[in-house]
Amino acid sequence: MAKYLLRRLIQLVVVAFIISVLVFLLVHLLPGDPAAQILGANDTAHNRAVLNKQLGLNLPLWHQYIFWLKGVLHGNLGQSYLNHTPVTQVISTGWPIDLELIIISQVIAFAVAIPLALITSRRPNRPVDNISTTATFGMLALPPFVIAPIMVAVFAVGLHWFPATGYIPFTQNPATNLHDMILPSLAITAGSIAVYYRLFRSDLISTLQEDFVTMARSKGLSPRWIMWRHAFRPSSFSLLAAAGVNIGALIAGTFIVEFLFAIPGLGYSLVQAVNQRDYLVVQGITLVVAVAYVVIQFLIDFLFTVVDPRVTRE
Amino acid sequence: MKARLKRTGGDTLEFKDVGHRGEPLLVVDDLHTSFRTGRGTVRAVDGVSLTVDEGKTLGVVGESGSGKTVLSRSIMGLLPPRDVIKSGTVRFAGHDLTAMDPVQLRQVWGAELSMIFQDPMTALNPVKRIGVQITESLRLHLGMDRSEATATAIELLRSVGIPSPEQRIRWYPFQLSGGMRQRVMIAIALACSPRLVMADEPTTGLDVTVQAQILDLLAELQRERHMAVILVTHDLGVVATRADDIVVMYAGRIVEQAPTKTLFKETRMPYTQALMDSIPRLSDPSGIRLHAIAGRPPDLIHPPKGCRFAPRCPYAQDKCHQSEPPLRTAGSPDHLFACWFPLVNGVSTAPGMSSGSSVFGVSGGSGTPGESADASTASDQVPPAPWSLADTPIDPDAGLEPS
Ligand SMILES: Nc1ncnc2c1ncn2[C@@H]1O[C@H](COP(=O)(O)OP(=O)(O)O)[C@@H](O)[C@H]1O
Ligand code: SF4
Ligand SMILES: [Mg+2]
Repeated sequence: MAKYLLRRLIQLVVVAFIISVLVFLLVHLLPGDPAAQILGANDTAHNRAVLNKQLGLNLPLWHQYIFWLKGVLHGNLGQSYLNHTPVTQVISTGWPIDLELIIISQVIAFAVAIPLALITSRRPNRPVDNISTTATFGMLALPPFVIAPIMVAVFAVGLHWFPATGYIPFTQNPATNLHDMILPSLAITAGSIAVYYRLFRSDLISTLQEDFVTMARSKGLSPRWIMWRHAFRPSSFSLLAAAGVNIGALIAGTFIVEFLFAIPGLGYSLVQAVNQRDYLVVQGITLVVAVAYVVIQFLIDFLFTVVDPRVTRE
Repeated sequence: MKARLKRTGGDTLEFKDVGHRGEPLLVVDDLHTSFRTGRGTVRAVDGVSLTVDEGKTLGVVGESGSGKTVLSRSIMGLLPPRDVIKSGTVRFAGHDLTAMDPVQLRQVWGAELSMIFQDPMTALNPVKRIGVQITESLRLHLGMDRSEATATAIELLRSVGIPSPEQRIRWYPFQLSGGMRQRVMIAIALACSPRLVMADEPTTGLDVTVQAQILDLLAELQRERHMAVILVTHDLGVVATRADDIVVMYAGRIVEQAPTKTLFKETRMPYTQALMDSIPRLSDPSGIRLHAIAGRPPDLIHPPKGCRFAPRCPYAQDKCHQSEPPLRTAGSPDHLFACWFPLVNGVSTAPGMSSGSSVFGVSGGSGTPGESADASTASDQVPPAPWSLADTPIDPDAGLEPS
């Protein structure tokens, strides 16, 4: 177990390193000259040379990379060309929002998908099952940018239950913050519910046909016990893998919802920075998002060792 | 939503006290089990009656697809009700299992009546420690607490020959060899000392030496605990030395049924004869394909109108294709067979059949029932004889049963 996780951890470090190189190259291979962007009207050959020297942009690429990496390791990601906000500050306001959106939407998704699948998989193709399957099919077909405006129209504009837009940090006013985050989270959660429900349901149905379930029945165990203690775990592998991919994609993938509800999450800032060619911000956010993605995969791998003993022992 | 390991509802069935008044432990009467499928109704078990006495072994033999698994699961009542049509009665220890509700059945399953599955790799839960898979039944049926159940599980593992059970109890099925897994399965099935164990091909897929060990272990535990066993197999050799009585199944029906000795000495049904001819024996050069019976079992959706074996039977006459032979006795009352032209001394009574040699292929060499591990000890005590020659009968018990 420890050996397996150590191996995974080493992989994690290697992948993080590769990511840092790629992110660095990404920005440096993009067309356009950062110095020109900064200087704007003052863009003369002389000024540009001076600035390039100041920024270290005249050094060989590998040297620049080491320079940048050193900064990263010291928590210095540079600052925005446009308003000179440190990139770390952009990230530190952004990530709690993404984290909160992801946690709320995923908790709701699991809380709906898992019990529903447990109920419907015992008797597939009965009315409850058919309704759930159709409903989740609809959820899959409706992306957040369709759901969100509908929800805003109904619950915010129509019923005035929630604010249409706006964001107050959790630390400032937890109650208002949570209240504000409900609509954006719901807009994201629908797709997750659909994916989790369908995967878990079909895996449960096939697990319930396994010999070991018949064996468990032949021991006189109750259907509920068999469901929770025998069928649940072996049915959760694809659910877990899907959750990893899904959550990873949500880290910056919530930007549409963030845009629609005007909440300054990472995705929101990233899209803005790309539009304004604010490369250091792009670089910083991309790095954080990529590393977060890798860390989540690591956590999922760890969870796999918990649900399936064969992973580490075989 | 938390599941509890507890018996819920219903009166507790009294199995130990209420006797079954001279009735055999298990009485199956005219059991039919069909599956509704897209193609039609599959009559997997089509009118089976049998009995098993306390402490005895009944062998159920037939080719793959003859309905053995469906029969054993129907007897237990384990088949999921969806798309299954069942009729007939199963009386177990004086109780009608077919009339029980699911809650009552769960009190019988695992406690009084349990099952050993064919493939322990798929029948053991891959993500649960083997210890937990044993203690579950102990806690449920015998009301043991965790530590008591664990101690008992260790003893059970020891009794089925698992070395250092204190450690193994924490292992997962995939960490054990095939033979060890089947021993664990036996430990689970026997945990609560049931009165009847259904063993559905318990050794198919294991190599011959391990097969013999597992079957011997099962026989030993059976004697110790005075359990009855229904030993289901496609290999007549497996039950030849171990069963008190044998039922031969073909296409969902019993075609011959007799005490083991009688079945081997006075084989009446050509299908039984064919099964005997396909028993592997030591004298066969290794690697030779055994004479599988030519042809395939019939379609159970549209079984043949007459004798179901007729399309493959070398003795089949017009009558065989026209009408189905009833399961009847001739001579001893405990020997039943369904054949219009039964064999007598290995010779068919069908018109025009006079040759004494079996048409199923084997023409010489010493033969002995039982898998070759046993056969090695027995081959020098059993006279060499082709199976078909009933005038040099082979006593299946000769020198085979360790007593
Ligand atoms: N759930 C099912 N639905 C339809 N047919 C089935 C089902 N289970 C078994 N059968 C059919 O019943 C017949 C007997 O099967 P089985 O009892 O498994 O045979 P055996 O154990 O003797 O090899 C086979 O033809 C099989 O295809
Ligand atoms: S009834 Fe006829 S076809 Fe059937 S087994 Fe007997 S001889 Fe063969
Ligand atoms: Mg079978």
